Amino acid sequence: MSAEAVTVRPEDFKLRSHEALHDAHLRSSFRGAMDFLIERRALQFPDLQAFERLRKMGEQVRQHALNHLPDLLETLEANLTARGVQVHWAETPEDANRIFLDIAQRHEASLMVKGKSMVSEEIELNHTMAAQDIECLETDMGEYILQLDGDRPSHIIMPAIHKTKQDVAEIFHEHINGAPLTDDVNELIGIGRQALREKFGAAKIGVSGVNFMVAETGTLVLVENEGNGRLCTTVPDVHIAITGIEKVVEKLEHVLPLYALLPKSATGQAVTTYLNIISGPRRDGEKDGPQEMHLVLLDNGRTQAYRETRYRATLQCIRCGACMNHCPVYTRVGGLSYGTTYPGPIGSIISPHLVGLESTRDLPTASSLCGACGEVCPVKIPIPDMLMKLREAGRHSVTESMTPPSQALVGQGTVRRLGEVLAWKGWRLLYSNAALYRLFAWLAPRLRWLTPPVQAGWTQSRAPLKPAPQSLRAMLAQRRRDGGG
Amino acid sequence: MKPNPAATQVYLFATCVIDLFSPQSGLDVVDVLERLGVTVHFPESQTCCGQPGYTTGFPEEARRVAAAQLDLFPEPWPIIVPSGSCGGMLKHHWPKLFADDAARRAQAENIAARTYEFTDYVVNHLGLELPSGAAPIKVALHTSCSARREMNALPNGRAALAKLPGVELLVHDHESECCGFGGTFSVKHPEISAAMAADKLDAIKATGCDGFVSADCGCLLNLNLTLEKRQDALRGRHIATLIRERMAQGGTA
Repeated sequence: MSAEAVTVRPEDFKLRSHEALHDAHLRSSFRGAMDFLIERRALQFPDLQAFERLRKMGEQVRQHALNHLPDLLETLEANLTARGVQVHWAETPEDANRIFLDIAQRHEASLMVKGKSMVSEEIELNHTMAAQDIECLETDMGEYILQLDGDRPSHIIMPAIHKTKQDVAEIFHEHINGAPLTDDVNELIGIGRQALREKFGAAKIGVSGVNFMVAETGTLVLVENEGNGRLCTTVPDVHIAITGIEKVVEKLEHVLPLYALLPKSATGQAVTTYLNIISGPRRDGEKDGPQEMHLVLLDNGRTQAYRETRYRATLQCIRCGACMNHCPVYTRVGGLSYGTTYPGPIGSIISPHLVGLESTRDLPTASSLCGACGEVCPVKIPIPDMLMKLREAGRHSVTESMTPPSQALVGQGTVRRLGEVLAWKGWRLLYSNAALYRLFAWLAPRLRWLTPPVQAGWTQSRAPLKPAPQSLRAMLAQRRRDGGG
Repeated sequence: MKPNPAATQVYLFATCVIDLFSPQSGLDVVDVLERLGVTVHFPESQTCCGQPGYTTGFPEEARRVAAAQLDLFPEPWPIIVPSGSCGGMLKHHWPKLFADDAARRAQAENIAARTYEFTDYVVNHLGLELPSGAAPIKVALHTSCSARREMNALPNGRAALAKLPGVELLVHDHESECCGFGGTFSVKHPEISAAMAADKLDAIKATGCDGFVSADCGCLLNLNLTLEKRQDALRGRHIATLIRERMAQGGTA
């Protein structure tokens, strides 16, 4: 049913971002949408000190969970199992897809309805199921639009933010039987909802993501605004939830600060329309809910970020997207340029663990380290600091690292280029030797006429960087001789 | 002018960018400090804070460069840094660079504790206050991201301008957004960097200001050389240059 899928790769970041920068429509629509989200978020956190206290709690809850991750996952599994949930562990996307396929085949399911789940994007669930003649239908409105169009999400919270209402009108008109061509937003939502509504009853399997897993109670928490998540998790006979192993917290009350932070940071909402607290399949005597429930826990590189404590904070993420909304780079190149499931600042620090440093080589450097991401992060992930560490890891093998990791990261040292290494060694030699530098500072102004008119990327949009006719130290010396100061 | 009995002697860590590319800014910093009654010491062996290597993924090289600066400030005087991001490097990152080396870490922490961004120092420690008398001028203020987040430079920059009678601050659209410099980011991702610089300059120009000021010479290089390439006459200046100019015009009381 879907058009040819758009394939994007992180290797193509420069090419894709080049195209995006020259797409005036994309630029202005992203800027407008991000400004809107920034403003909405700011209204939810009017008191910066209160925000600071709340996010400190959020950080502590997530750090606590990660520091006890193996134990909490065992407790979670035991408690979920006791509630009748079948827990599956998937090390790779292939493992996760096999689990889905097994369940689908056992139930002879040809249709799955799916609520929004970035982890299902990570494993390319839709395409893998389609290859086995199983339709995996997106029911989140934004994701549904993209699926019809064969496109990909460009934002983790607002996946179709790069589409205009005119785009959506044409997509619906083309792909939904009997849909009139209209760009009235309410009418469009109505058309989409009607088309989806018919599918919930027909699907054997409902798929969802998970926002928080509570170890102590064996509970899955799912937040959403459209109600499709509740339908996916209650109407079909079978519910399969999928998420990353890092989403666990210890106690139910630990969800409170995180929930207080998530919708405010994500969409500027005080609360979401739906908060689903899922405690297992239908029990005897209950009238609704799935007969069978599964949880697929995906690793896919997360244990690398867990293992190296310097990167562990990466896993604190609660997927609010605030770092994207505030990122001047993301705002200009859009989410699709990154070529990864998770775009923007958080994507640039997670993706190297998921798919390796080599293919993602341009992502950690695609930041001016302005710090906006770290400043708004509701769980205080030091994103700029992580970006710098990944820059180092790409350019140094374990033995060459200033503080070596316990094991090599996937792709460790693969971005190392001799020219760059020599340039920084030269820089170090010059700037750590005062006598040499003074000679350089004496020479540079005298040789300024030799300044090359083209200086790599710098002069694409700027005049050449040229030493001043006199260095400060020379001017200060002159000033002293003249009796000033 | 408020006298400042606590410190009449300071060190100037001028930064490599000012030394070679923007020396007039450094000279203006010295001049302003001296007019405010401070004796400025410029350690001749200073080079660079190490930030370029540090942020590019070469922390060991940065550590070696930073280590060469540690012995340059033996007296307990304040260290004035006229560039916010370099100041942030001394104040927040040097102690981290020497985390594994107790002696150097202690030195770095000692330095960090007495490092001040120039604007912070003149406003909050020297009580900058000029009499009225100088001609009116409209300026925009660009605060570097590191300076704003690590050195609290936005309120300090605004406070400094408020102490200059006749200077009207025009706030530009997306004032807190990055100018696109980001050190080697500007070379590794030149197109994205250029788009950011272009937006920043368009926003500044839209205010109708006579010029703009900043306390970060990296941002100023990025923005001024972009303007030069655009053949646009507008220029940004170091905030010390504006302060010095106002002092010369209006007298220092």
